[in-house]
Amino acid sequence: MNDLEAVYRDHWGRVVATLIGLLGDFDLAEEAAQEAFAQAAERWPRTGVPDHPAAWLIATGRNRAIDRIRRDRTYEAKLRLLEPAHAAEDEMDDTTFPDERLELLFTCCHPALSLDAQVALTLRTLGGLTTEQIAEAFLVPEPTMAQRLVRAKRKIAAAGIPFRVPPPHLLPDRLSAVLATVYLIFNQGYTYGGTLAAEAIRLGTALTVLMPDEPEPFGLLALMLLQDARRDARFDDGRLVLLADQDRSRWDSREIAAGRAALDRAVALQGNGPYVVQAAIAALHAEPERDWARIAALYSDLASLTGSPVVELNRAVAVAECEGPEAGLRIADELELDGYRYLHTTRGELLRRMGRTAEAREAYRRALQLVSDPPERRFVEERLAELG
Amino acid sequence: MKYVLLIHQGTTPTPATPEEWAKLSPEEQQQVYADYQAINQTPGVTPGTGLQLPETATTVRVQDGRTLTTDGPFAETKEALGGWLTYEADDLDAAIELASRIPAARMGGAVEIRPVAEW
Repeated sequence: MNDLEAVYRDHWGRVVATLIGLLGDFDLAEEAAQEAFAQAAERWPRTGVPDHPAAWLIATGRNRAIDRIRRDRTYEAKLRLLEPAHAAEDEMDDTTFPDERLELLFTCCHPALSLDAQVALTLRTLGGLTTEQIAEAFLVPEPTMAQRLVRAKRKIAAAGIPFRVPPPHLLPDRLSAVLATVYLIFNQGYTYGGTLAAEAIRLGTALTVLMPDEPEPFGLLALMLLQDARRDARFDDGRLVLLADQDRSRWDSREIAAGRAALDRAVALQGNGPYVVQAAIAALHAEPERDWARIAALYSDLASLTGSPVVELNRAVAVAECEGPEAGLRIADELELDGYRYLHTTRGELLRRMGRTAEAREAYRRALQLVSDPPERRFVEERLAELG
Repeated sequence: MKYVLLIHQGTTPTPATPEEWAKLSPEEQQQVYADYQAINQTPGVTPGTGLQLPETATTVRVQDGRTLTTDGPFAETKEALGGWLTYEADDLDAAIELASRIPAARMGGAVEIRPVAEW
């Protein structure tokens, strides 16, 4: 039933996070959460959804875990940890149990775990995706993904990775690791479809709720919403459609508005980090008339924050729009990005505009050697054909 | 939690490599000594002993009851172990912070953190 699916989506992360906090054990917490949701599925269709479903699920999961611990002596030491938080069902509300999603997210994205493990663990524990779903989204066999999750959980326990929000002197680094993981999940979904983009937006939204005074989570959320809004317009009949040629009626105006609101919040918090700047650029791209001089200036800010030549390439494109293709090409020709296909498509386009057709053709041919994605390949072939 | 921090010197200059060590200024040399002293005096730290160079190492394996002795460190790389210490800390973050204060970590080497096995 759909209601239950929605409850699962909305509450899984919260329930697992709090149970891990209570039990100090990922596997025990996940099993307890599964049992609680199973009990809800069996009971709620008859009794209705309780007033505070998260608290009900946590209390039920905790009771199931206590039963299990009583049966299994290896968990005995954990039992005493569980007794204080006892409350009668009708006295519970959303504050009965602490919301520990943030602790869980920082634990899952700890730098002592590999990035692959961080992503998998975040999707499993906070997103509630099954191992099979995660394996499918990342194009790896399910046993490989299962093994990755087991190893990550084992390392957290054995190496003593703390379950907490890092202290202030560690927070900037650790927060950027969390944001990078969420954005990677988004990009995987953006590229390959499926539910990952929506899952990343859900995680990003949770981050802004849990860290309402930090600008970068709002920046990341804004960036994801503004990109996701254009998702349906990116392809037409399997053909890649450039931003300038996209049918704006296929953009999701609700997501664009939500993206702008998140960006406004980030700016109000004095945000000027990499995600806020990228979101500001994405917002300018969503305007009916694009202000290329401002876009170029923001890419310049972003380049100094990240030192990335790919960002410089984007700046070259913006500069070409406002100062002419020669100015853009001068920037592009300075970049050491020979193995990057978009350098060559960009050079091809700028050279074509300047009437240097032979060099443009040369650049597109180089791009063709580097491209594998079928819609992109088709796009480059069409440009080459246009050049004769 | 109890951790062992294994200090891999890598290309870090140490007094055991006098030519390289001499390339450091007296201030830099003093800083290295001072940093190790501060590490060793950190509550929870039990200093291990410094080790001589990897070429003095002997590696022992036992196969089918026979002791096989070979010349050199276990992993024959430049990243050979140069020293170690143990650290009683709340969690991995505390161990990472201590490790990052060990001079070898910033001078071309690396520090490997291993939780101690509790049997």
